Order: sequence, then C-alpha cells, then structure tokens
Amino acid sequence: MNEKWIEKNVDDFIVEPNLIDYDKEYQRFSWDDMACGLDGLPSGGLNIAHEAIDRHANSKLADKTALLWLGQNGERKTYTFAKMKKETAKFANVLKKLGISKGERVFTLSPRLPELYISVIGILKNQNVVCPLFSQFGPEPILQRMQRGDAKVLLTTKRLYKKKIIPILDKLPELRFILLLDSDEHENEKVLSFSSLMDEASDIFEILHTEAEDMSILHFTSGTTGMPKGVVHVHKAVYTHYMTGKYVLDLHPDDIYWCTADPGWVTGTSYGIITPWIHGVTNIVDEGEFDAVRWYKILQGEKVSVWYTAPTAIRRLMRIDSEPTKEYDLSSLRLIQSVGEPLNPEAVIWGEKKLKLPIHDNWWQTETGGIMISNLISQTIRPGSMGRPLPGIETGIIRQNEDGTVTEITEPNKEGDLAIKVGFPSLFRAYLHAQEKYDKCFVGDWYISGDLAYKDEDGYFWFVGRADDIIKTSGHMVGPFEVESTLMEHPAVAEAGVIGKPDEMIGQLVKAFISLKAGYEPSDELKRELIGFGRKKLGVAVAPKEIEFQDNLPKTRSGKIMRRLLKAREMGLPEGDTSTLED
Amino acid sequence: MTKDEIKNIIIKTILEIAPDIEEDEIEENENIQRSLEIDSFDFLKILTAMNEELGVEVPEADYSKVDTLENMADYFIQGL
Repeated sequence: MNEKWIEKNVDDFIVEPNLIDYDKEYQRFSWDDMACGLDGLPSGGLNIAHEAIDRHANSKLADKTALLWLGQNGERKTYTFAKMKKETAKFANVLKKLGISKGERVFTLSPRLPELYISVIGILKNQNVVCPLFSQFGPEPILQRMQRGDAKVLLTTKRLYKKKIIPILDKLPELRFILLLDSDEHENEKVLSFSSLMDEASDIFEILHTEAEDMSILHFTSGTTGMPKGVVHVHKAVYTHYMTGKYVLDLHPDDIYWCTADPGWVTGTSYGIITPWIHGVTNIVDEGEFDAVRWYKILQGEKVSVWYTAPTAIRRLMRIDSEPTKEYDLSSLRLIQSVGEPLNPEAVIWGEKKLKLPIHDNWWQTETGGIMISNLISQTIRPGSMGRPLPGIETGIIRQNEDGTVTEITEPNKEGDLAIKVGFPSLFRAYLHAQEKYDKCFVGDWYISGDLAYKDEDGYFWFVGRADDIIKTSGHMVGPFEVESTLMEHPAVAEAGVIGKPDEMIGQLVKAFISLKAGYEPSDELKRELIGFGRKKLGVAVAPKEIEFQDNLPKTRSGKIMRRLLKAREMGLPEGDTSTLED
Repeated sequence: MTKDEIKNIIIKTILEIAPDIEEDEIEENENIQRSLEIDSFDFLKILTAMNEELGVEVPEADYSKVDTLENMADYFIQGL
C-alpha cells in the first residue's frame, strides 16, 4: 500500500456500487449477460434510439425527465422520455420524408441545443448515420470531414451556416439539404427550417428492423500523416455503453447525471447522449461554456450525483483558492469521472481534498467507442494511473517486432504499445474509405491504440505518451498534417511543421514552425496575419496558437519535416537519433 | 481612464489575440467567448494582456463578470 493511494470503503457509499469485487466481476463477465439490460427492437434487431428513448417511454419511466437543458442565459427546458420519443419520431419522419435512405450520413454542426439531442436520436431512428462536428471547427476541417463522410444532410444554425458553410458549399455537390435549427422559414429548396419541418411531421415512428452491425455513428479522428479519418461505429456499441454506464459511471435509476463534453466529440455522444439514457437516467446538458461559478451552481442546484468531466476543466477549478463544499451544497455528488487526457495526480488529490471526492481517471479513444480502462468508484485509486481494464475488455502492453508480429510484454512497469484484444462490441468497424489505414491498426488479434503505456504489478495501467505526432489539446485530438496543409496555402509559407507544445492548462497547444518563401521577411505583422489565417480556415479548436519563424525546418533526407526534432528543440530535450537528418 | 478608452483597449486586445475577427463583429452585450468563438485558452490570454495593460487581475471566480465587452469594461473601471 502506497501512502498516496486512495482506498475506498464500501460501507462509506450512500448508494451501493454496481461493482464491488473487481476480480470476481472481471472473471465472470460475459457480453451476453449485458444483453439482459437491453430490450432489442420490437421489429427485430438492435437500434440505439430504441434502447435510449423508446423503451423507457413505453415503460413506467415515461414521465421521468430524460433531458434537462440549461440555456446560456438561464433558460431551462425539460423533456420526459415520452416527449423525447415523440420529438425524435418527428425528426425521423422529417428525414424519411426528405428521402434520406438507410446508412446515409447526416452531419451535425451546432451548439448544445435541445434540438441537437433530439436530432441525434431521430437520425438513428431513421437508420441514418450521425456524424457530429465540433461547432468551433473552421470551414476547412468541416469540408474535409463532410467530403470524406459523403454528407447528405447538415443540421446547423443560421450563424454557423453563414460563417462556415456558405464558403464551402460549392465543394459539396452531394449535400442535399441543410436544416437550420433556428430558422422559422425555409430559405430555398435546399436550405430548410428545422421547426417548419418538425411542425408538419407526425410524432409516431416505428423503427424498422436494424441489424446490430448497421452503421450508427461516424466520428472523425485526426491522422498524423493524412487528413482526418471517419471512424465507423455500429448499433452494437450500445453493449459497451451499457456496461460502462453500469460499472464506470455506476448509474442507478435515481441519479442525476452531467457530462460536460460537447457532442462534437466522441465523449459527448457516447456519454453525453447515449449512455445515461440507455440506463434511463436524467441527463443534464448545459449550453454554456466553462465557468467555475456556473458549474458549481449547476452541481448544487440540479443535485448532480454523477459527473463526467475533463482535466482542462478540473485544472481551472483548481486555480480558484476556495472551499467549494463550504460555498456550495455538493452533497448529492457521489462520483466524479474524468477523461480527455491523463489526469495528473495532483488533480485527483485536489478532488479528494476540496470536493471531498477523488476524481477517477479513465482511458479510451474514438476508435474504441467506449471506456476501456478506468478507475472505479469502489476500487483503490493510484493517482496518475488510468486504472484497470473493464470487465469484457482485455488490454495489454505489447512490443511490435520487426517481422510484423507482436509480443505481449508481461514484465511489469515496462513501457510499450497499449493494445486491446479485438472482439468487444464497440470497437470501430472501419475507417471509412480507408481500408489500408484500418488494417494497419491491427496485428493478430490486437488493436494497437497508438498510445504508449506500462502496466504495474497489480494490473493498473499508466499513460506514457503518444507513439505518433498527434496533438492533444484541451482533450481534443489535432492532426499536425491537417494544420500544416492549411498553413501551406498561405502565399508566404514555404514549409510548416506543427507540434504540440506542453501547456499547463490545456495539456498541449498547437504550435507551428514556419519557413517563409523568398521575398517574405519574418515580422510580428506577418505572424499575426498567419494566426488569423489559421483561425479563419481551421477554426479556433484546430488553429495554431503560436507561430515561430525559422529559416529552415529540420527535414529527413527524403524531405519530410522532422516534427519530433522540432518538439525536442522546443522542449530543450536531447535531439535523439538524427542520422536521417538532411545535411 | 474612461469606459470608452477601456473598451478600446479590450477591442484592441481581442483583435491582437484573435486576428481573424473583424472589429464590427464585437458587440457590446454579446458573450465574448461564444459570439466570437474565443476558446478558454484565448480568453485567458486576453485577460492576462489586460492585466499587463491596466494592472487589474481577474480571478477565475470572477470570469462570469467579464463575459461581455460592456461587463468587462465595467469590471476594469471598478478595479482601477
């Protein structure tokens, strides 16, 4: 027992945790047992929308609040499961009437409005595929994703349409409809008013037979050498959502649950929409951005019991010298989970001290569709560790051999690739239109995550770093290639190398090193222009925050920019192997 | 320093940190972060720059009091 570990005593819990004996549960677990928590479609098969909404609306939970929406300016709207069933049926009918066929992709680009949450379930009901975009993307990342995802419909707001879609519309000839969530009237045959369509739609919709392996959600994730990849998920992922809702979020019927993630990212859909509803739990959505006072007031006022948030937010709460439990009544809160990037040990301990609850870190990726490794409410926390693999999930540390095979590293505390055995329900089924890239993620029956980690003597996993150049900023992945490609479009830029520069608050910030074409001189004015150019094209979530001019960027002899070297130099670290560096 | 002068400094600072924004996009009573797509990181940078300019620090707990141009100018006037 290490003095920094946080031990739990089952007798201390107000609500008995769903998992108490980790080893026993891990041993006896079977995915088939999870099916008992799900209903299946009356028409046969499996559809997430039915599991999340309709089955509860048809039960004694009909009048229970499913969605509690808190508007930026103090508005408050509640939707029961019965109301959600009707509203989502209407939207499914809207899509059906527009002729959107099974498997076709419907993109969302919206702030956290109730209509967004209704639409996501409606899309699934009509057997279309949800493709969430983050509303702070600029036109360029939106275009890349919509083209790669074969977008047929886009849901957005008037402001986002005008600012980000009109400039790229001529490059999206396959896009059939744009539905404006906040417009009262149709603009033309293609740009339609969401509310007008909803007014005319029937609130009865029968979900047709859906195969568990039918595509449900397409998320995009950043690549290190290429443009973003469309990560294909299927309805069967709901098994993992159910399992993790039960064991990690420890959801019980009376919980009030709040996930602070935006549905533009995978946490915001898997855990901000689907999982709480699968468990018939009240789900809080806050339209506002992070604001410490606002957040504490929500925790207090709404009596949040289970809270899923992110390290960036926790670190900001830590900046305030206060005693939150004295200023606010947080007595309903019984579990805090965090994801997005590794949670530093200080943050775990800060939670224990200031919120009177430790913060539980967990690990997963867009590709895994749900949480894979986690600290659990009933289990000892080793601060800094991501926890242990969940029941049904087999994880290992592996070494990739030169002959293309892999060897599992069984020796404890030895670093290697974090890998997961295939076969769990929410593992992605494809990178859309990129079979070769998909195949590269697997060796034997291992999915190789791209993260480096080690496992200690007792099976706790510890994050070490990324095996590639992907940048993690504010918990979001940014692909350096995507940023470099856009910067290269500026007439002054000859070369661009983009790295993640460590930052206390947001983990890493996007930093670009730029060499200029002949005739351009480095200046503060040009730096400002390039920052603005990046933001306009890529949006604030992706654009570089810092730019540094260099005469020449370090390249390999074959001309590839060595991001690794840029990063080592930025951080003042040894440059490592430079044998491939050009003269 | 007048309130208008402070507003001008705030606008200048926003445009420095987010050069993609046009001055006429900045509305008096709109939430700065939401309406201009300024993320938390940039918002902190704006407040740090304002602190350097005016010597008034905004603690994290007061961020809701500086959400719009108007409110931010009021906050700094009181702090001077």
